[in-house]
Amino acid sequence: MTFLDYAPAPESRSILSLRSSYGLFIDGEFVDGHGDGFHTVSPANEEVLAEISTADGHDVDLAVQAARRAHDKVWSRMSGADRGKYLFRIARLVQERARELAVAESLDNGKPIKESRDVDVPLVAAWFFYYAGWADKLDYAGLGPAPRSLGVAAQVIPWNFPLLMLAWKIAPALAAGNTVVLKPAETTSLTALLFAEIVQQAGLPSGVVNIVTGAGETGRMLVNHPDIDKVAFTGSTAVGREIARSVAGTSKKVTLELGGKAANIVFDDAPIDQAIEGIVNGIFFNQGHVCCAGSRLLVQENVHEEVVDRLKSRLSTLRMGDPLDKNTDIGAINSAEQLQRIRELSDIGEAEGADRWSADCVIPDNGFWFAPTIFDNVSTSSRIAREEIFGPVLSVLTFRTPAEAIAKANNTPYGLSAGIWTDKGSRMLAVADKLRAGVIWANTFNRFDPASPFGGYKESGYGREGGRHGLAAYLAPQSAAAITASAAAPKTTRVKKGSAK
Amino acid sequence: MTRLAVPKTYKLFIGGAFPRSESGRTYEVLGANGDFLANAAKASRKDARDAVVAARKAVSGWSGATAYNRGQVLYRVAELLEGRRAQFVDEVQASEGLSRRDAEAQVDEAVDTWVWYAGWADKFVQVAGNANPVAGPYFNLSVPEPTGVVAVVAPQGALSLLGLVAVVAPALVTGNAVVAIADERHPLSAISLTEVLATSDLPAGVVNVLTGSAAGIAPWLASHADVNALDLAGAAELDWVDLQIAAADTLKRVLPPDGRDVATRSLERIGAFTETKTVWHTKSML
Repeated sequence: MTFLDYAPAPESRSILSLRSSYGLFIDGEFVDGHGDGFHTVSPANEEVLAEISTADGHDVDLAVQAARRAHDKVWSRMSGADRGKYLFRIARLVQERARELAVAESLDNGKPIKESRDVDVPLVAAWFFYYAGWADKLDYAGLGPAPRSLGVAAQVIPWNFPLLMLAWKIAPALAAGNTVVLKPAETTSLTALLFAEIVQQAGLPSGVVNIVTGAGETGRMLVNHPDIDKVAFTGSTAVGREIARSVAGTSKKVTLELGGKAANIVFDDAPIDQAIEGIVNGIFFNQGHVCCAGSRLLVQENVHEEVVDRLKSRLSTLRMGDPLDKNTDIGAINSAEQLQRIRELSDIGEAEGADRWSADCVIPDNGFWFAPTIFDNVSTSSRIAREEIFGPVLSVLTFRTPAEAIAKANNTPYGLSAGIWTDKGSRMLAVADKLRAGVIWANTFNRFDPASPFGGYKESGYGREGGRHGLAAYLAPQSAAAITASAAAPKTTRVKKGSAK
Repeated sequence: MTRLAVPKTYKLFIGGAFPRSESGRTYEVLGANGDFLANAAKASRKDARDAVVAARKAVSGWSGATAYNRGQVLYRVAELLEGRRAQFVDEVQASEGLSRRDAEAQVDEAVDTWVWYAGWADKFVQVAGNANPVAGPYFNLSVPEPTGVVAVVAPQGALSLLGLVAVVAPALVTGNAVVAIADERHPLSAISLTEVLATSDLPAGVVNVLTGSAAGIAPWLASHADVNALDLAGAAELDWVDLQIAAADTLKRVLPPDGRDVATRSLERIGAFTETKTVWHTKSML
């Protein structure tokens, strides 16, 4: 036994009592869906966890109707203070049931319990806590006095941070007075349904939160429903484009949080120990299933060898395996489909000439697994340097000057996030100014906070989640007339049109 | 004896220069009374693409200029427009059939619009940005940055000078570069405005103006991969939904038409063509 061997330390599943099947959550109650149900499995061993309903067009319609009634009759008329109190209740209930939620998340998603327990679930509570306080302070959101809610929000979320993405969507929407119909990802519906129980325990008025499960078709019907006022989507750029096309010509407001191919730039004066940890966290956190993952490592040429060597030895100490084991660093890939995509792109990386290295991990017999992998000497034109892999795969490129690093970092249609590692503050600030990305981490990576806006440039989408900006995404100014009347608004002279026809 | 006047040749404005359309095509611009006023250049797809190239080239310099500098340049535009007030009054009056008073009101309002937006250049970041109190030892700051290249369909058919200014100026405040399609029926004041822009220390390519068929040019800009945002202020009469659909391919930021001849002066207009950048930096533990 070496120092790397640990006795198993699995988190108990007994805290979690799953039902054998789950319905949809519409108008405050669980109801059966009319589509064909499907199984949700643990990606770590392919065990069937529960049967999940599929919402068809009729179910989606009922959910939107319930949300509309709740918005018009109850939620938008309620005082901000009371809306806030409901959100505070939810935050507390999440904290109280944190362990149960973490176990469910790791089971259904495959992420290590130390991440679901220490990152995902605490952030979920923090998100509700943060936005709860905004509910009666909307006048200060930057949209002028008494901004109004948009109405019913259709929210479609991905499988990488199931409960956290739910919180990112629901907390600001509710604080601003909107009601929601949320569709979790097909492979990770469980924690959204547990959240529905929390909604019941919090005594939230019926219809304020509705959850419809199913695959892409359910999401499509929800987004395209004519009585939706706001669409919030997190997921792939391809689906984001489809949504942007489908809402064209409607009055639906849209925020899209899409893919990324973030550059993580390491200068030769970087604090190297922290940088190595940051690179590992940047791409191997949550098995690389992170839209803002630092998937392109740009290393200054003179430290390239040292950084890559140290990365390899660090990766060799990561433990892959049972997501519920408290020692596990790398969990399971979320689905067979995703595993297939990671394998395909990795094979392409090899075929295109990059040097592949994978950590020597014991791959479990069942479930979906992919060893942490580094590609060195990747060319900028290689597909693994351009396309989002969404897995534990790092592409390493080099640069000589800051200008080259910036040019390479920006050489992508994406613009979600980036990392900078340097000891020199002035260089950090200058480089941060030039990077075309919505979130920039300097000497850190993958930090999230409800007070901090998150979202992309270019084809990584538009709109922000988190902070005051994230709240504004669910609000509209009182009305054009009210704005013109307000003292802050500029006076426009009445200018008359001519007679030209 | 009356002096024979010297009429002006109206051309496009691309990259700080005044080229004719590469297509060699022009169209007749008639006054409100049906008289021939001038031939305007009929911009082609190639002209639109050249304008985007010029705009892209200008983005880094203009957005990299200090906000104070951008504010002064925009104010300089107002100064020079004011200085040529009489010319613009004549031009919009002849073209749009306005009374003298209404023509003057339009030009004055255009000048004042430049002044209003000029003042925002070094304040918008303060109003739209945030220091974020995150739960950890991090410095965390959110600031708005320009989206990049903004294509604008100026309002069509009325108030040609003011309509254009009210959509171009807000995009410039934060450092975007603009490719604008002028009012198709009344393009002359737009081209004269570019003469003001060209002498206002506005770097070449920051504003590019195309005259011609809005319906013909707009689709090329809506689908252009190097355009970041699309302002459809004057596209209400075009197939603007198709333009929005084309823009979705590269996830452009799109401002749909709101039916106004003149966009209301607003912070929202400035903000519509910005991106929020959030920078985290570690603080050391002392």
